Amino acid sequence: MKDLLRRLTSIPAPSGREEQIRAFIQAELKDYCDELTVDTMGNLIAFKRGGKTKLQFAAHMDEIGVIVTAIDEQGFLRFSNVGGIRPHRLYAQRVRFQNGTMGVIGAEKIDDLKQLTLEKLYIDIGATSAEEAKTKVAVGDIASFDHGYLDLGQRVVAKALDDRVGCAVLIEALKRVTKPQNDLYCTFTVQEEVGLRGAKTAAFGLDPDLGIALDVTATGDTPEAPKLAMKLGQGAAIKVKDVSLITHPQVKELLTTLAEQNGIPHQFEVLPFGGTDAGAIHLTKAGIPAGVISVPCRYLHSPSEMVDLNDVEAAVRLVVATMEHPITL
Amino acid sequence: MLLKELSELNGVSSGETAVRHFIRNRIQGRVDRIQTDRLGNLIARCDQGKKGPLVMLSAHMDEVGLMVVGIDASGLLKIKTIGGIDERVLISKRVFVGPQRIPGVIGAKPIHLQEREERERPVKTTGLFVDIGATDRNDAEKDVKIGDLIAFDVQAGPFGDGLFKGKALDDRAGCAVLMNLMENEYDLPLAYAFTVQEEVGLRGATVAAYGLNPDLALVVETTSAGDVPPLKKHQASTRLGAGPAISFMDRSVIVKPALIERLVAVAEEAGIPYQFRESASGGTEAGVINQTRSGIPVAVISIPCRYIHSPVGILNLDDFAQTIKLIDAFLRNIAQRGLPV
Repeated sequence: MKDLLRRLTSIPAPSGREEQIRAFIQAELKDYCDELTVDTMGNLIAFKRGGKTKLQFAAHMDEIGVIVTAIDEQGFLRFSNVGGIRPHRLYAQRVRFQNGTMGVIGAEKIDDLKQLTLEKLYIDIGATSAEEAKTKVAVGDIASFDHGYLDLGQRVVAKALDDRVGCAVLIEALKRVTKPQNDLYCTFTVQEEVGLRGAKTAAFGLDPDLGIALDVTATGDTPEAPKLAMKLGQGAAIKVKDVSLITHPQVKELLTTLAEQNGIPHQFEVLPFGGTDAGAIHLTKAGIPAGVISVPCRYLHSPSEMVDLNDVEAAVRLVVATMEHPITL
Repeated sequence: MLLKELSELNGVSSGETAVRHFIRNRIQGRVDRIQTDRLGNLIARCDQGKKGPLVMLSAHMDEVGLMVVGIDASGLLKIKTIGGIDERVLISKRVFVGPQRIPGVIGAKPIHLQEREERERPVKTTGLFVDIGATDRNDAEKDVKIGDLIAFDVQAGPFGDGLFKGKALDDRAGCAVLMNLMENEYDLPLAYAFTVQEEVGLRGATVAAYGLNPDLALVVETTSAGDVPPLKKHQASTRLGAGPAISFMDRSVIVKPALIERLVAVAEEAGIPYQFRESASGGTEAGVINQTRSGIPVAVISIPCRYIHSPVGILNLDDFAQTIKLIDAFLRNIAQRGLPV
């Protein structure tokens, strides 16, 4: 699992530029499913036959990033955010473009941190003129953060664990599942970070009976943290509510029962901010019961996100249990 | 002049009838079939005997404006904004109220009666009213009713060196582009959608795209040109006179790189000037179209426009002409080479 997480997080895939990560997951799964398709939006759908009920899993491939909006005369790149980014998290970060070009984020002179907005920041790629910059980067190019993978033993730190950990859980579950009792549509979605866009169109196309998103959730277990019940190492988090979704009671019940029956460590999640692909899925067509299995994650939307491998393992087991349980709703 | 006629029509969101009638009359006979859908979108198709991917071209008919939300005892009209209007531009503008185009003026407390602090703060819509010259409520109610829409009274026309000024260029300029394109023959099925209620939440396009289910959509818009002080060069987003602006991303959509590459290749091959929209803010109908059904590839081409969402905007007539050329060349390219993958 550590190796899979390391490889998945090392691939740059900001929203709208998911080609590389999709190719990686395609190669990883080609021997573990009946069919692999890519839809109009770019979602990767791994299908595995198993039963009557259509079960959609969704883990998003994309990560937050920055997009070049202008290149100035001195060759500095002005940019905008791709997904939810706080300006103070950006200063002095390194970014990597799809073609490998690297850069560092600098700031104009400011007297007060409150004045720090995206407009005051720029990317320095070491170019000394606009002409030189334009040989490496074009307006519209998207970069992701570049930060190494850190193995802390039971816990690992990397950029883009939101939501490569969800991808890893789904990949691992597909590899482990032996007797699927439902038709499995394992969806690796695009553009979640800019508004759950891939999941919305994927769910419309698939029209599943049940949708389950695999994503990260925030924790309340750090000094002076927001009051949240979720803790690292306490197991897979079964979502009850976030801004995008109130988990369908039957789905919550199903996941809870499966966790209890299989002795899978779990906790419940109420998240007062944020949303997941399940939010888009459950409002598709005439409505689709949906829920979320989350992996608790510290320092979300930073280049150093942290998860606990016990929680990852619990999430994999809960996903496998769901795949192997004949679901009737 | 088509642009002048379109600009001077009133079509505040949900009240697009006059614009729809005008366009319908003008394009009759030029397309295979015309239909008005349940939300009021005007859909014109050129698809008889045509094979290939269905391409939807969309431009919205509606404009930002005001609505009458109350009539006070003295006959003055209380108002609310419809769409994103900068409230600071409202005071003392001339307007037309309701379908009868009753003339009025947006009034506010005169400077002599204002406290010092009041002069330093822009007046909110709640402090503004429309004066239609009525003597009291009864008199006002003879001409207007609550819910009537209010549009700016602005004469449009060319001026300066190849420029054009007028209201509602967002997005009547786009409507004019579509009407111009209809004069040409393309070897692929086309659906022209003149949509409603874009300014209040991309509502017309949402259902138009669902109904049409195209293989590709092209949104024709106007976009803010920030080539004015005090904005720095890198904050301008687009510039007048530099050609149609191609979007790579905004708050509603990320355009597929393959589509942008095709547009750029088409422009360069045909020697059509273009610029990128150097901003990732704002949103257009492309967002909801892209998210329709199982997903629809979409691109956005915009005519740069200064002072957008105010009673008077300015565009460059050459940008307008080049926009038509670029889309014309793009459609011919798609007919020949198919959709970009």
